Amino acid sequence: MNKQMQLADVVASLSDGMTIGIGGWGPRRKPMALVREILRSDLKDLTVVAYGGPEVGMLCAAGKVKRLVYGFVSLDFIPIEPFFRKAREAGGVVSSELDEGLLLIGLQAAGHRLPFLPTRVGLGSDVTSINPDLRMVTSPYDDGETLLAMPAIRLDAALLHVTRADRLGNTQTDGPDPYFDALFARAAARCYVTTEELVDRIDLAYPDKARSNLFERYLVTGVVEAPLGAHPTTAHDLYGWDAEHLREYAALAGEEGGWAKYFDRYVAGPESGYAERVGGAARVRGLPIPTF
Amino acid sequence: MTNASEFTLAELVVCAAAEAWRGGGEVLATGIGPLPRIAAGVAKLTFAPEILMTDGEAWLVEEPVPLGPRGDYKPKYSGWMPYSRVFDSVWCGRRHAMVTPVQVDRWGQGNIAALGDLKKPKVQLLGVRGFPGNSISHRNSMFLPSHTKRSFIEGEVDVVASVGFADRRWPQGVNKLPVDIGIVVTNLCIMDFNGPDHAARVVSLHPGVSFEEVQGETGFPLIRAETVATTPAPTEEQLAIIRRLDPTGIRATVIKGNPPGIRQAA
Repeated sequence: MNKQMQLADVVASLSDGMTIGIGGWGPRRKPMALVREILRSDLKDLTVVAYGGPEVGMLCAAGKVKRLVYGFVSLDFIPIEPFFRKAREAGGVVSSELDEGLLLIGLQAAGHRLPFLPTRVGLGSDVTSINPDLRMVTSPYDDGETLLAMPAIRLDAALLHVTRADRLGNTQTDGPDPYFDALFARAAARCYVTTEELVDRIDLAYPDKARSNLFERYLVTGVVEAPLGAHPTTAHDLYGWDAEHLREYAALAGEEGGWAKYFDRYVAGPESGYAERVGGAARVRGLPIPTF
Repeated sequence: MTNASEFTLAELVVCAAAEAWRGGGEVLATGIGPLPRIAAGVAKLTFAPEILMTDGEAWLVEEPVPLGPRGDYKPKYSGWMPYSRVFDSVWCGRRHAMVTPVQVDRWGQGNIAALGDLKKPKVQLLGVRGFPGNSISHRNSMFLPSHTKRSFIEGEVDVVASVGFADRRWPQGVNKLPVDIGIVVTNLCIMDFNGPDHAARVVSLHPGVSFEEVQGETGFPLIRAETVATTPAPTEEQLAIIRRLDPTGIRATVIKGNPPGIRQAA
């Protein structure tokens, strides 16, 4: 069994109109190498599901997105993702804005093969008017409470970035917070991971790190070796988000033709040259992980 | 305990905001933004040692972590609070957040999501984020740095991100009992929504501010609490804690002009 793939293989296995979930949280642990490969492709009409960071803004700017399902789209130190804001204010994408927790519940329902899960989250708020398809359910027990029935968010594919992986599809993810990568993996028909480091057998190479395995390898379809593949987002514990790069990206959102400039400067050309284009591998490895 | 004679409005607000967590029990206290976060720290280090706090990322701490670059300071972790457990804390009701909506209305509803039409917003703001779930699950207090008719608006908020007491928003059979708004601290006063039928009520005025001024800056009618206090000056002990929790002075950047806590005569 060998699940190793190349970025181009993964993108070739995706098709127009698919629902794609992307792991990580804001500007943290995003599978950016895969996202850039999608940006270079002719894929289109995607539904993107995410706790969004720069990947959402970039996919919107490149015209890849038909519909967005999200809890938020933020660069944290730049609170509103600039190209996402632009797309929203232009009315360019269909937007299913959810409470952060509702997104979690929808993914959980999908992973457990349920049609929906009941919750109070969203009741009384405009989440129900933003998403008119949301329905209510009445508790069959004596309380008779009316609850929101959050439908399963089923993904055609999930894209995740991990710290280490092996060719069997075992993965390990460092960092203080697992976010909801495991829920994305479980909600998806297929899950592709990019990894900072690829080994033959993780049980032999990193036998003491099994606690940082977040989901089972039976969920993993393909593994792509992509060192620095989360740049410009944080990859715990290796490098922090690239504030300088993200500031430049955000400034370009305010310029005529700004996305084309960003694309030509950093995305165009093979991924193998990406680290050089953003200042070299040593620079990226030296980016500190921010504290708050 | 001696009250200080010189302090900024931001410092007065921090101490007023800390009161949100008094007597609320052993809950996860989340102060979002610099002043609410310092306020939670002041509460924990003085009258509310029972509250739980994080380092702003994924770890619980028993000693509040100062804002900004940490220098030599090394946080000591007492537990783990990744986002999945934040949601668990939210949904089980054991949390009290202090948040900063862009708009608040007479029903206590808050908006951080967008201005204008949702389908194509005039201004995209943060989105609803966790506000819907937070506000139907646990107590939330608010801090607004600029009390005007643009923040406390006349009509309903453009997007209801955090829920309130507008009856038409609540379908038959929904349990809205968990909706619980704590205090609303602004640059002018302290309010709550504990008037008749959850009407907004002024409970304390900052030094030199009149009820009429607050009403003039508010887009909906306010009720005067039976006794309207003057927001107390911080104590020297509180000021020392504030300086320790905010060594680089981020608090000076929150309220426009960083005015003194006691108004100067014009």
